[in-house]
Amino acid sequence: MSTADVNVAHPLETEGTIHRLKKPAVRADRQGDMPDAQRVDIAMKNFVKDFGRTSAIYMESCIHCGMCAQACHFYAATEDPRLTPIWKLEPFKQAYKREAGPFALFYKIFGFKKPVTVPELEEWQELLYDTCTMCGRCTMACPMGIDIASLVSQARHAMFHAGLVPHELHAVAVRAETEGSPLGATPKVFKDRVEWLADDNDVEIPMDKAKAKVICAMSSIEIMKYPESIVATARILNHLKLDWTFRSDGYEATNFGLLSGNLQWQKDMSMKLINAAIATGAELLILPECGHAYGAMRWQGANLYGKELPFKVRHISEFLGENVKNGKLKLKPMGKSVTFHDPCQVSRRGGATQAPRDVLSGLGVQLREMSSEGGMNWCCGGGGGVVTIHRADATRYKSFQIKMKQVEDTGAEMLVSSCSNCRLTFDDSQAHFHWDKKLHSLLELVADNLIEA
Amino acid sequence: MDLLNFARGPALQWSLAILVFGLAWRLTGILLLKAKPDFSEPRASGGFGGAMKMIMSRMWPKPEFVRGSVLDLALGYVFHIGLFLIVFFFLPHILFIKSLTGLSWPNLPNGIIFFIGAVSVAALFALLLQRIMTPVKRLLSNFDDYFSWFITTAAIITGLLAAAHVGARYETLLAIHILTVEALFIWLPFGKLMHTFTVFLSRGATGAAFARKGAAI
Repeated sequence: MSTADVNVAHPLETEGTIHRLKKPAVRADRQGDMPDAQRVDIAMKNFVKDFGRTSAIYMESCIHCGMCAQACHFYAATEDPRLTPIWKLEPFKQAYKREAGPFALFYKIFGFKKPVTVPELEEWQELLYDTCTMCGRCTMACPMGIDIASLVSQARHAMFHAGLVPHELHAVAVRAETEGSPLGATPKVFKDRVEWLADDNDVEIPMDKAKAKVICAMSSIEIMKYPESIVATARILNHLKLDWTFRSDGYEATNFGLLSGNLQWQKDMSMKLINAAIATGAELLILPECGHAYGAMRWQGANLYGKELPFKVRHISEFLGENVKNGKLKLKPMGKSVTFHDPCQVSRRGGATQAPRDVLSGLGVQLREMSSEGGMNWCCGGGGGVVTIHRADATRYKSFQIKMKQVEDTGAEMLVSSCSNCRLTFDDSQAHFHWDKKLHSLLELVADNLIEA
Repeated sequence: MDLLNFARGPALQWSLAILVFGLAWRLTGILLLKAKPDFSEPRASGGFGGAMKMIMSRMWPKPEFVRGSVLDLALGYVFHIGLFLIVFFFLPHILFIKSLTGLSWPNLPNGIIFFIGAVSVAALFALLLQRIMTPVKRLLSNFDDYFSWFITTAAIITGLLAAAHVGARYETLLAIHILTVEALFIWLPFGKLMHTFTVFLSRGATGAAFARKGAAI
């Protein structure tokens, strides 16, 4: 490129909060060094590797009606047809029909479907990672009932093994696999933090007890950015006089194996928690305020383990909801109006929609639901690893405006949720837009309003 | 053998054979794949109840999506219901089904069938326009979408022409109509018309899995 072309290839964007180059149209990251043909081959093998009956049914069922588009916050914010959820699977639909479907032979012999190429997969990197949080709202719109989010997850398996993951997400996944945490919350850091938090807040935080009935996990976002969550968890569990512990050999609830698309790493990360819970003889594993951690362990954990888990798995909001309902947790009434942001993986895709509302009821708040609430809530735009990817920022901010309007329309005094990744996304977007609404943690509200016996 | 005899004889037999074989091949190709066991502790019972719930609930979109789908809903329902009424309540069709199965039921008057046919064709043309003009649909569309549209619309139009005796000898029109429908039979298992069957499988699979999790259906 000659220097004269720079304004054409990379125009400046002077609108918005920062002046910088407009986002390049195509910018794909690659890991590893392998020939293109091998990348495609590996991608397709890994796409169908874990392909069961249900995935095949989905691949056979799309009628190209495009109704999923309106459900996606990224499409709704940009109206870019490429962001239509099912289009994000296009190369994989093509490859499935050509390589694996019941009529694959015909498609191949007559050349009805062309083989997928690396440039195509590179183009789709943006669609599968930057502009999909796997929030599953599209699944709610599909008249055929296709669970598009689960197919995106499978497509990420393909992309990971073909070395076609955005660098930021790949790097944190590598950290999580090798160091035990995506954000530097290594076992030593975690132990140090817990010790410091216990001293600073004058609260007992049990660590590495050999046996306990309850084991708690944390997300590295909480450990590194919102450590008050650790204190809140300890206060509540101590208040309930439970026999509980953190374990330095199994504490990290986030699963970047799942988010980046490495199934083996997903299993490795889940097994750390599972093994720690088994070693402790725990009856209950409490997952922190983290959305995908819930999906990874509550719904996928046992399947990676290969049999039923010998302990129960609950999201912290479910645990709190249960204890508010059975009267063990008595809370001071807050007397405020509150709106609740449902984390997609916990509520829509996880089924724990009522529990946080039970907690809010225990807190004596006036709940003002958003216009599209519960299982139909709009995603914050940061899930699925999207918040880690720099080049996704502009589209993420655009889509966040849907969320801001939803919240504003309720007129509620306070905004609450129970996912630290949503919290991170809200905090970042709040700063970006100079918005006056801060997202509060449900867990911390409970800890702050405990009525001591 | 004239065209009508060909259409009523070997063409019918072959098209039905391909339809049945194609359906069986595609369905078994999908259903013989391994179903992955789910070891997670269920929140509620999923299974058949969840599947049925989603099969029924997706007959109509969630309130959030109705406004954005008004045209799809209106046109889609008009031509699907129209097609159903024409196929199963036009006297010659009932007689044809009776000749194959021995079953019969009351028919709708021809005038009403003509009206339904005309409305269905209008809805199909409106859907084609919408497919071409909406950026999302245009991007998603491929040969399958346009050919499936063509063969469905052609089946109704040739039927209307045959019934109205317009454009050529009745026997020729009837033969063309039957051959068009046979082409639809042959195409059905290979393209998107297969959603006649897969709609129950995909809604059912998601309904069963989601009900088990207590997730939104």
